[in-house]
Amino acid sequence: MTTAEREAPPAGTSARTVAVWQNQVRIRVLSKGRGPALVFFHGPWGLTWDPFLDELASRFTVHAPEHPGTTPEAPDDIYKLDSLWDLVLCYDELFDALGLESAVFVGHSFGAMVACEMAAATPRRARAVALLAPIGFWRDADPVTNWMTLDPEAMRARIFRDPAGEAARRMFGPSEPPEAAAAARIRLMWAMGATGKFIWPIPDKGLKKRIHRVTAPALLLWGKEDRLVPLVYADEFARRLPGARVQTVEGCGHAPHLEQPETVARIVGDFLQP
Amino acid sequence: MKISAFHLMPHRELPADFETRYESVWVTPPWWELADARRVGQYYNWTLDELVYAAKCGFDGVCTNEHHQNAYGFMPSPNIMGSVLARATNGSPVAIVQMGATLPTSNPPIRVAEEYAMLDCISGGRLVAGLPLGSPMDVNFCYGITPMEHRERYREAFALTLKAWQAREIFAWNGRYFQLANVNLWPRPIQQPHPPVWVPGSGSISTFDFAVDNDVCYCFLSYSGAKAAKTMMQGYWKVVTDKGREPNPYRAGFLQLVAVAETDARAEEKYARHVEYFYHKCLHWPIQYLSPPGNQDYRSLVATQLNPLRRPENTKALRYRDFVEKGYVIAGSPATVRQRLEDEVVKGLRVGNLMVLLQIGSMPHELTLENIGLFAREVLPHLRGFWDDEGWVNHWWPEQLRAPKAAPVAAGVAAGGGA
Repeated sequence: MTTAEREAPPAGTSARTVAVWQNQVRIRVLSKGRGPALVFFHGPWGLTWDPFLDELASRFTVHAPEHPGTTPEAPDDIYKLDSLWDLVLCYDELFDALGLESAVFVGHSFGAMVACEMAAATPRRARAVALLAPIGFWRDADPVTNWMTLDPEAMRARIFRDPAGEAARRMFGPSEPPEAAAAARIRLMWAMGATGKFIWPIPDKGLKKRIHRVTAPALLLWGKEDRLVPLVYADEFARRLPGARVQTVEGCGHAPHLEQPETVARIVGDFLQP
Repeated sequence: MKISAFHLMPHRELPADFETRYESVWVTPPWWELADARRVGQYYNWTLDELVYAAKCGFDGVCTNEHHQNAYGFMPSPNIMGSVLARATNGSPVAIVQMGATLPTSNPPIRVAEEYAMLDCISGGRLVAGLPLGSPMDVNFCYGITPMEHRERYREAFALTLKAWQAREIFAWNGRYFQLANVNLWPRPIQQPHPPVWVPGSGSISTFDFAVDNDVCYCFLSYSGAKAAKTMMQGYWKVVTDKGREPNPYRAGFLQLVAVAETDARAEEKYARHVEYFYHKCLHWPIQYLSPPGNQDYRSLVATQLNPLRRPENTKALRYRDFVEKGYVIAGSPATVRQRLEDEVVKGLRVGNLMVLLQIGSMPHELTLENIGLFAREVLPHLRGFWDDEGWVNHWWPEQLRAPKAAPVAAGVAAGGGA
């Protein structure tokens, strides 16, 4: 697989790369659709354009930025950011660069934590937030599994209800031919490293002190079979986000939007645009 | 050349089913099921006795190292061991080789600079200052350092350490990871401008560059022997010449497991089960522990994934004879060991600073002393002069101990400082 093929944006989406942080951090943003602005914050395994985002794009203008460091050809940009505060300010600059005063936020896992941090830091930017299996808190009795310590097979089995299914294949990429498989491993490893930078070794980095600042209506959505971030964490979020709606979805694990794209897109879409 | 005795301080009595019952020797081995503090006290004392014995037998140096939550090596503070060794070997021409205290997990890292300076003072200027990056298991898994920050923290701590030893004025360090307003190290090392620095690595390209740029001795602490290290060390020497440095063999250190007996057959009888214990139980951990995401920089990650040069062999499927044949362990009669060490390690990898691991896995105390004694009598004298006729200077060895047959240093070392 050539670099150009790897970089090509998926059909139907437009891609632009925006430089923020004094031009030191390049972020590629995939966009598609029409309607109100929606920003999607991807999870620890990188951005893959998927049927869930296609569904949302039928109702919203979806902007999906790549977490710093995961944009092709800009892996080392991640070294320009030291802390979660840097990351949040980086996204704040990205909103300005995209000409977005505000948007609805959707985030998955690590990305949902970032979305929540954004909504706490800049409440005016968040019109509503949909958090899919967010991380950000810690309970000693129900530890969040550190996926970065698992071998690829075990990690896959922890993330997905069906580790052999289409959703898992989409996230983990092809296993053949060898070059494509290697490229997929590199992409996945680097995405975990660049996101893990902000949560190692325990993904509780102070959101509990800041989450009260969130004023946007919030949806908390969990896969019923989430084996990575136990369902009890929905309570942790719900009690700190008064009025938040909690929704669990059957037939999926820690990536509900990938295993049940239509259902999750419908629930999220209806919540964000009643 | 210089030949030092290395020690891991392993648990010597892990249960027979250890590797099937537990997921890892490192990070997660359950202390309460596997160990007893009084017995472990005995291990520490055996370890110290074995290294002191090696010093008395004529080894050029004694080496300790740092690991955490690790049943095959639990010297969480190598400097505690090193200080005992420094005191016990005063008056002997033996280097205290700390391989060493891990910079990224010492906070602030000038703690390492201070303790090394203490060791240099106590030993009368016999310290070799190993400044390791530390393994992902120790640094990321046990000590909580973010994998992606591991190398950056190391590089900053390395620069701070070197400056702290040498600065004539009190200085402020306004770093990315460490901020210290008044760095004014007490004590300073005897060796000037600073003790010789060794940097252990495991073959990553960025460490070759780092070692050569900083003009330190690069040490490959391998458990897999010289055959497996050949390509990698060639890569190191290429970086040395590409960067215009002279190919001084003392720029390279290498750790080799060695077991000596009266004959090859006796070596098998005496050592086979200890060697198998080491490779089957001591090196038992999940492979992904070696590279948590972000620990390798992007360039190294791509290189490893696209061209996995060193597919690790499944050592659990190998037996003593395989380990010997493949060079993981150099074992046999003195003649066999001499020849193989010379051909495969010293010449083959161009190594001037050799470290040998003579206490292997479950090897009991008495047998370890035998191995040390036999090596010192029958192997060491034959190898010691290997590089002498080429006239290289071992800049990475305490100056007072560089001469091939150094006379014992003065006993009153405490008064000899400050040179």
